[in-house]
Amino acid sequence: MSPATKKRQLARPVSIVGAGMSQFGAFKDLTSRDLFASAFLDLQSHMEQGLDVADIQCAYVGNYSSDLFEGQGHTGPILADWLGMTPTPITRIENACASSGSALREGIMAIASGLYDVVLVGGVEKMTGLPTEGVTDVLASAADVLYEVPAGLTFPGIYAALAKAHMDRYETSLTHLLKVGIKNHQNGALNPKAQFNQSLRDMMERRKSRARDRGEFVPAWQDEMAFLNDPQANPWIAWPLRLYDCAPITDGAACVLLVASELASSFTHKPVQVAGTGQASGRPLHDAEELTSLSAAKAAAAQAYQMAGVTAQDIQVAEVHDCFTIAEIIATEDLGFFAPGEGPRAVDEGRTARTGDKPINTSGGLKAKGHPVGASGVAQVIEVFHQLRGEAGPRQLPNPNLELGLTHNVGGTGGTCVVHVLRRG
Amino acid sequence: MPEQPRAFTAASFSAYLKEGKLMGVRCRACGHLSAQPRPLCAACHGRDVEWQQFSGRGALSTFTCISVAPAALVKQGFGRNNPYCAGIVTLEEGPRVSARILGVDARSPQSIETGMAVALDLAELDPERPAPAFRPA
Repeated sequence: MSPATKKRQLARPVSIVGAGMSQFGAFKDLTSRDLFASAFLDLQSHMEQGLDVADIQCAYVGNYSSDLFEGQGHTGPILADWLGMTPTPITRIENACASSGSALREGIMAIASGLYDVVLVGGVEKMTGLPTEGVTDVLASAADVLYEVPAGLTFPGIYAALAKAHMDRYETSLTHLLKVGIKNHQNGALNPKAQFNQSLRDMMERRKSRARDRGEFVPAWQDEMAFLNDPQANPWIAWPLRLYDCAPITDGAACVLLVASELASSFTHKPVQVAGTGQASGRPLHDAEELTSLSAAKAAAAQAYQMAGVTAQDIQVAEVHDCFTIAEIIATEDLGFFAPGEGPRAVDEGRTARTGDKPINTSGGLKAKGHPVGASGVAQVIEVFHQLRGEAGPRQLPNPNLELGLTHNVGGTGGTCVVHVLRRG
Repeated sequence: MPEQPRAFTAASFSAYLKEGKLMGVRCRACGHLSAQPRPLCAACHGRDVEWQQFSGRGALSTFTCISVAPAALVKQGFGRNNPYCAGIVTLEEGPRVSARILGVDARSPQSIETGMAVALDLAELDPERPAPAFRPA
């Protein structure tokens, strides 16, 4: 039987009982270990009963490339030492931008196996130490360096090719892509941890007033759509994707505490259970079944839904992997929230906004919250954890009966996808 | 003495490109074609594969015009003011390849049409980083 059809269950249930994040942004003087410590301190300070580092029995950390970004390999034990955690075992998981989604899954399985009861799972990436071209090259190495990269395809380039195929096949337009970014920045404006803690309208106004203050030419942008359609303000990266279609380059870390569900009540009175976990691999785009979809996302979602005993319709809040605006649209189709080709219309109708029936990326998503690639998977889980616990502050969804949330974490251009379904209680 | 078949590796793929040939593999058991040579059939998992030369004719399935270029292409003069086109070509035999698309105006993506016929053109092959390239047929 294929992984997607065989029903798999965890041998015992696992719950998330704590979460912490560093500030996301560009921090010249902070390294991976500083960021990871910051995320851990945030987690620890929010534990109702406190948390002794010595009580952590095992740890997994997602990290894409401390080797290339910082010249530091073997990052796991460095991070463990920085938290005073040695000799507790720690394992670094690398699955490109799905590194910490994959690390989370390893942590879940470590508890479900019965080997451990209390596991720390984190993710970290320090990206801004390299210039943009250097980051472009490091990210491109998550694609196929023998058959994609020599052809000139970059990481944005491959998503741009997906976008062009989606535009050819469906009614998808450049405006749909921009609307995803506008929505996610509106959400990011309500997230104090976000790299872009402001709406695109606010960013536009700030640029106008800065030009005014300096006595420079003040662009006549009427609204954020005019701003985004100005090639000076929003240059092409890889047509049909522009600067504001791309998630930023970010430094950041995130971590969660997992425990066997039978122990959850001794850590928190508001646990969130892992209802379903799924993971699948996929081929390079030139070898994909379709040019408008990521097959790994569909397979991972099917596994997670089946384990949780739910369908796409049951999901009330989701964080999806919007490394590019088109990626969010395709994710909402691959996850079954909308039929293939209906994603753009759902954006038009506001269905994915916080006020819509399928709120997507309430945190601001990778687009506005920031995308420290190895940390993004766990950071997505943290947003759903806060939404399900009613702790999301100004961006808390109005629905008082939130029960089920989902995270969708993609590595590379669909080589890996990890989906988790989380349930309150 | 008959020539030994080359190993089904990326090194062989590159060597064939430098000889002007786009070579992949065909599964003798199920007939599946792959444009990226490999020793195991991706469809039936059989091991009985043989070299297959592709005609080099195909259609442009999707593309992008890239303005933020990787370091290797920046060195060749590509970038913000000189974008280049790359895409995915569906070969007439069926498989798809990632490829550079030459002979199109990358500054004007609207002028480039998916579905158009393209043909292999290896005249500008970079021997350091050989990759298939196509231009409108």
